[in-house]
Amino acid sequence: MSALAAGPVLATLHAGQASTGEAILFWVLAPIMVLAALGLLLARKAVHAALAVILVMICLAFMYVAQDAVFLGVVQVVVYTGAIMMLFLFVLMLVGVDQSDSLVETIRGQRWIGLLAGIGLAVVLAGVVGRATFPPATGLDSANDPSNPEGLARLVFGSYVFAFEAVGALLVTAALGALVLTHRRRLTPRVGQRELADARVKAGAVLTPLPAPGVYARHNAMDVPALGPDGRPLEHSVPRVLRVRGQQADEREYAARIERVLAGEWAGGEGSTALATTTEAVETPGSDENPPPHARPDVGAPVPGAATDKPAQEEQG
Amino acid sequence: MIALLAASSTTAQTGADFSDDVFWVWLVKAVAILVFLLVSVLIAIWFERKVVARMQVRPGPNVHGPFGLLQSLADAMKLLFKEDMTVKAADKLVYVAAPMIAVFCSLLVFAVIPFGPAVWIGGHHTPLQLTDFPVAVLYILACASVGVYGIVLGGWSSNSTYPLLGSVRSTAQVISYELSMGLSLVTVFILAGSMSTSEIVSSQKTLWWFIPLLPAFVIYVVSMIGETNRLPFDLPEAEGELVGGYTTEYSSMKFAWFFLAEYINMLNVSAVATTLFLGGWRAPWPISTINDGMFNHGWWPILWFLAKLWFFMFVFVWVRGTLLRFRYDQFMKFGWKVLIPFALGWLVIVAAVQGLRQFSDLNVRTTLFVLAGVVAVVAIAAFFVPEKKVAATKPRRGPEVIDPFAAGYPVPPMPGQTLPPSPRKERAAAAAGATAGSDPTTPEVHGG
Repeated sequence: MSALAAGPVLATLHAGQASTGEAILFWVLAPIMVLAALGLLLARKAVHAALAVILVMICLAFMYVAQDAVFLGVVQVVVYTGAIMMLFLFVLMLVGVDQSDSLVETIRGQRWIGLLAGIGLAVVLAGVVGRATFPPATGLDSANDPSNPEGLARLVFGSYVFAFEAVGALLVTAALGALVLTHRRRLTPRVGQRELADARVKAGAVLTPLPAPGVYARHNAMDVPALGPDGRPLEHSVPRVLRVRGQQADEREYAARIERVLAGEWAGGEGSTALATTTEAVETPGSDENPPPHARPDVGAPVPGAATDKPAQEEQG
Repeated sequence: MIALLAASSTTAQTGADFSDDVFWVWLVKAVAILVFLLVSVLIAIWFERKVVARMQVRPGPNVHGPFGLLQSLADAMKLLFKEDMTVKAADKLVYVAAPMIAVFCSLLVFAVIPFGPAVWIGGHHTPLQLTDFPVAVLYILACASVGVYGIVLGGWSSNSTYPLLGSVRSTAQVISYELSMGLSLVTVFILAGSMSTSEIVSSQKTLWWFIPLLPAFVIYVVSMIGETNRLPFDLPEAEGELVGGYTTEYSSMKFAWFFLAEYINMLNVSAVATTLFLGGWRAPWPISTINDGMFNHGWWPILWFLAKLWFFMFVFVWVRGTLLRFRYDQFMKFGWKVLIPFALGWLVIVAAVQGLRQFSDLNVRTTLFVLAGVVAVVAIAAFFVPEKKVAATKPRRGPEVIDPFAAGYPVPPMPGQTLPPSPRKERAAAAAGATAGSDPTTPEVHGG
């Protein structure tokens, strides 16, 4: 890619038309482009290779602009860097973050065939470029008359309109072909949000979002189960990963405390200091008229309520 | 790049004339733009918090400085002094480069935004614009599309799930919304006959383009919100779904840069909307006629430009305070199945009308009136065509009785529907009703 870009610039240099600024720009950008192009070949990670391509493309855009092809330079960034390389990155990122290239040949002799084809292409290109003759230069001012996009538009929609339309038709055909080839007819009805909700209701599953861990428990940590309305720990509130790994907090520790509370020890007020603090916390305003929670365990709201109301003042956690 | 573009730009016909610019004028303009952007971001953060707060009937920031104006400065300082963490598993180079890419690309756009007409600065007659060239608006699109790499690479290099999801979303979002944005801009190019910002502004001398191009304007405003990842399109950083999206693993200054880039991008798209659709720095109609257009000359136009810019910033905040976040598939459907087809259709219409105007002797105004007449006649004639007998299929009389538990959970009756008679009532009325036992649940409507 860098070689392709270097061609016209060198041509103008030899013609003695390039300004000093342009020459400096070329000698600054060309090494960067070559390095980036090599980076594409040598990078281990696919995303780094893609980044190298992006760098080459942006440098190339600078080159175009330096040669008065403003439209081409900007469109190069918009279309190739902004859209096509973005799609590449999209795919690469989905393939895997740490994915390296696999060096296993899937087709036998692939490497040698590729090398041969590369040499062939180089020979053909060298032949074509070597035999190319240029008409006498008319100068960029006449080519870009009255402005660069208009001069280009005259060429694309005037002299080359048929080729342009043919390319457009080909692209549309390709897009439609990709669409048709990748289209799969749906065999089962689509399951959307609504259907999922209906199914959940029919199955009698939990309708609300699952309780978050630590909510209304004594600790606001991921591994501490939440307390249900009855004051009992809800095991499923702890993330499944923690449960599978066995990193869940000891549920029995919390359950034991709850059991003590539910067993009615809260009403006595005597006992250890820890118990006393628990009892204080349980006596929330407004809960006096309620029957004791052990009498009606299904209504035992005071326990979670107490944990939210004044949990921090006496308990050290 | 900017200097290059400016140097390579050919002489504009009606656009800004930069021939009198010298190096220090360029420098002054560039520094002024930088300062303007950074100060505007500080004000924008305060503005957003204040306006959203007013919309939610609370005071908003009001402690630091008059009206809480220094709040965002304090926040910025706090971010600066926070611990700068780098994730151990991150791809270091890309991880550090990503916020820089985002900020640098967002800073580039204002180079081609005209703040006003030519003024005298230190003996030089120069337009209030850093530079301009024939494809300035495309250059803005290019900067925006490279700026997205900051988001995408930031999410990828964090080597973490939520940031990656955020950046993947951002990629898809930008690709799909840039299309409709570009298509709506093309209609402006067609009417203005140019892609240079100063020429587009000068083409709006009599009529601002948002009036004849209202559909394109609406499409642009929608897709500019999508392009800047703002609510209701803030899926790449949706707090409720992705923690912080691509910014999750960033802290301190690096996070601040992403934040800065987001707000500068808001200013950018607002400035583009102002320039392309709202007449740029031109004074609004009644003011523009005062004293032979006095307010369209000298330094006055900066005022109108800023007023329009901040109008769009207000729209951003307004939308954020009003709408909920889209679901991702709804968002994609909206982009591909609504915005792009509409933008494309509108583009075809505009191109056809402009082609008629330029390449035929037809008087476009009469043609459009004739077309409108034809449409009106067809619409009136449609009233006389008898409708198909759709109504015959529903001869029902009285409200429809529904089974509220058909889907497994109780639903209230819609208008025109009614519930079956309550079994409990029947039981109360006639002892041991025959149907009472068949349905154990009672159709109570909760929360009515």
